[in-house]
Amino acid sequence: MTGYIIYQIILVVAIFTVSLVVALYATYGERKIAAILQDRVGPNRAGPFGILQPFADGIKMFTKEEIIPETANGWLFIIGPCIAMLTACMTGVIIPWGGTFELGGTVYSLQVTDINIGILYLFAVVSFGVYGIMIGGWASNNKFSLLGALRASSQMISYEIAMGMSIIALVMMTGTLSLGEIVKQQDDGYCNFVYQPLGFLIFLICAFAETNRAPFDMAECETELVGGYHTEYSSMKLGFYLFAEYINMFISSAVIVSFYFGGYNFPFQHELGLSGNLLTVIQTIVFFGKIFFFIFFFMWIRWTIPRFRYDQLMKLGWKVLLPLSMANIVITGLVMWLTGKIN
Amino acid sequence: MQVQNSLSDYLPIFFMFVVAVGFIVVTMLATHWIGPKKKTEKKLESFECGIESQGNARIPFSVKYFLVAILFVLFDVEVIFMYPWAVNFKELGLTGLIEMFSFMAILLTGFFYIIKKGALNWE
Repeated sequence: MTGYIIYQIILVVAIFTVSLVVALYATYGERKIAAILQDRVGPNRAGPFGILQPFADGIKMFTKEEIIPETANGWLFIIGPCIAMLTACMTGVIIPWGGTFELGGTVYSLQVTDINIGILYLFAVVSFGVYGIMIGGWASNNKFSLLGALRASSQMISYEIAMGMSIIALVMMTGTLSLGEIVKQQDDGYCNFVYQPLGFLIFLICAFAETNRAPFDMAECETELVGGYHTEYSSMKLGFYLFAEYINMFISSAVIVSFYFGGYNFPFQHELGLSGNLLTVIQTIVFFGKIFFFIFFFMWIRWTIPRFRYDQLMKLGWKVLLPLSMANIVITGLVMWLTGKIN
Repeated sequence: MQVQNSLSDYLPIFFMFVVAVGFIVVTMLATHWIGPKKKTEKKLESFECGIESQGNARIPFSVKYFLVAILFVLFDVEVIFMYPWAVNFKELGLTGLIEMFSFMAILLTGFFYIIKKGALNWE
């Protein structure tokens, strides 16, 4: 038992480090991809191909002066970005990063903990993200920050409903809220995307809105709101907000892959005749490959599609995605009944 | 086929919490110590496009945001009701399906009312 707890602690620290490193390099990737899409070179000074750029940025953030405006609410101003960062990190625990491996006669799972309310936990933590933005924006005592925070939180809660409903159709099919179980069910047969294309599309759009990424980045729309909710922030507090966005992007990619694209499974994995441990290593690599594709997809969209107007965004969330996700539940229910999947 | 859980399965979440809070606190303190501290009056003013800032941001804001928040609470509660049903969907069978459809019909009536009332119009 003690050995297992030590293993869990090691894995938790590893997941935390990996999310930080991926987020760090996602900033670099974002700038490089933006550069490629706009026919530029992108960062290329710090190290070969600018590979050390994220560290240069990090050091710069660290050594900048910390400014707390006189009119701001001191403690809330500091707590805001901390909550944003905390909620971004907390979800990594329940994601199945790979299958199981055997070491010294003991079987370890690469999913730190497979709680049976996994999806509910995920939504609970994601909902908390609103507080980080709202508290930060309000405590800044700046009009732009307040408007940005209001927009962001209003948008996030609106899309959360459609997101929750798109998952219900998936839960109806899988009959479980555990992420590990959902991924295991996709081992044989097709991945859930084949059965839930509409659900996937709704979930994907909502994931963009939840992470405040373009085309839903009204919260920090430079042309009207300066920097949105983080206008007054500087130093590592600003860093936390920006960093949390990239970690959220990484985690939501991982969640999308686990829900709809088979997680760590890949086609014909059992026909290869690989030993257990080697298979797990390949599975984890495949999983990260899928995640990186979705991170790329997030960036691709950001640099391709222009921003929505706020009324368009609200209209899309409430009047299109919500009825669509309800229709998805009805269709899933009817199809499952007609094909005799239910008792 | 449900995953059986004991309280110890939630332990890693606690570990993650400790690791994340530790990282955040250390980073915050480190930047506080490392960064320069040359505070001037202009620097500590809240930003307003370079002009003198007028008043503060404790101002009334559009009631639409409040309305959206209220509607969110209503609909989110409905969504939470649907989760236990969705998990047991296969066992509940046709009866459960019809029951949930009638529940969703009531929900949709409310939704239709909201739209007709113009609560979601952002003009």
